[in-house]
Amino acid sequence: MTDFLFILIGAILVNNFVLVQFLGLCPFMGVSNKLETAIGMAAATTFVLTLSSLCSYLTYQYILVPLDLTYLRTIAFILVIAVVVNFTEMVMHKTSPLLYRVLGIFLPLITTNCAVLGVALLNINEAHSFLESVLYGFGAAVGFSLVLILFAAMRERLIVGDVPEPFKGPAVALITAGLMSLAFMGFAGLVR
Amino acid sequence: MDLLLQTPLLGPVLALLALAIAFGALLGYAAKVFKVEGDPIVEQINALLPQTQCGQCGHPGCRPYATAIASGEAINKCPPGGESTILELAKLLDVEPTPLDAEHGKEAARKVAYIREAECIGCTKCIQACPVDAILGAARHMHTVIVAECTGCDLCVEPCPVDCIDMIPARSPLQSWHWPLPDSMSLSQRNDLIASDRQLSGAH
Repeated sequence: MTDFLFILIGAILVNNFVLVQFLGLCPFMGVSNKLETAIGMAAATTFVLTLSSLCSYLTYQYILVPLDLTYLRTIAFILVIAVVVNFTEMVMHKTSPLLYRVLGIFLPLITTNCAVLGVALLNINEAHSFLESVLYGFGAAVGFSLVLILFAAMRERLIVGDVPEPFKGPAVALITAGLMSLAFMGFAGLVR
Repeated sequence: MDLLLQTPLLGPVLALLALAIAFGALLGYAAKVFKVEGDPIVEQINALLPQTQCGQCGHPGCRPYATAIASGEAINKCPPGGESTILELAKLLDVEPTPLDAEHGKEAARKVAYIREAECIGCTKCIQACPVDAILGAARHMHTVIVAECTGCDLCVEPCPVDCIDMIPARSPLQSWHWPLPDSMSLSQRNDLIASDRQLSGAH
């Protein structure tokens, strides 16, 4: 039980995918202009990341390993992620039009989020079991959501702040991200 | 089996191909099962709008305005539809009817465009402006309006370089023609309402 807790906290805080491992930076910078869209993106990513880490684990264990094709995992995982995202989009469009409208374009864009592929590959590297893989994916997604929403809230305030001319726009956003990354370094050593 | 052993590349290619085909089949099946037929409410709103395609609401046509209404825009921006359309929309969407937004124009009786053919120079500019293809004609030949198709949106009046297009009140078609209602004022003053009245007035 504590193992699972460690994986979760490790993925959310200590090895945060965005601020510590620097994966998934483009949605982090791209959709953090407004808090509302950031929340939508966070929800969509959480859903897809959890599901795709589950699916890619199954693909790896039951298709690639028996066929001795583990060196093809990257391309196979990209295939799996694209299918999961597409399938999720279709199901969501049918079953929950409201959620579909809220998430909008962000849902298909998750395919290109490298954190999704990163989680799938790291699961293999660290030889996680089935439950651990799902939990790791979920933790990574929660960490991503946490950071994205915090960052979006900060950027909303930065717009009205008195920023020196050369630092306006993306420059000050990158500096903010760097400071957040520094702050997250404080979690290092929390979980071994 | 020999072929697989001789060409080590074939196995992985086949495996990935099989994987891709399986996923493709899954997605194709899902696309069929989870098919969504547009937003039904947009269809219903679109059916209530007058289909003049005049653009007075600020949208490029009636269907885009229907989509906008479905996502929360005000229902009182359609002058050609007028009050009756607003009332019907309010009933459909279960919202309070509001008076027509004067910013988008006034409600007017239905009109049709009429081209004074003697003056038409055949420039085709009105043909391009017409949203419902109700203007007939070719370059350097006079144009004319198909009355049954014209929605009275007056988008063709502005582009005409010789101002030969008039908007005239539409004559109601035979199917909806009815006797004009008697005017109540003149009715009370008339003294020959029934046959015997006429005889009386004829008597003296």
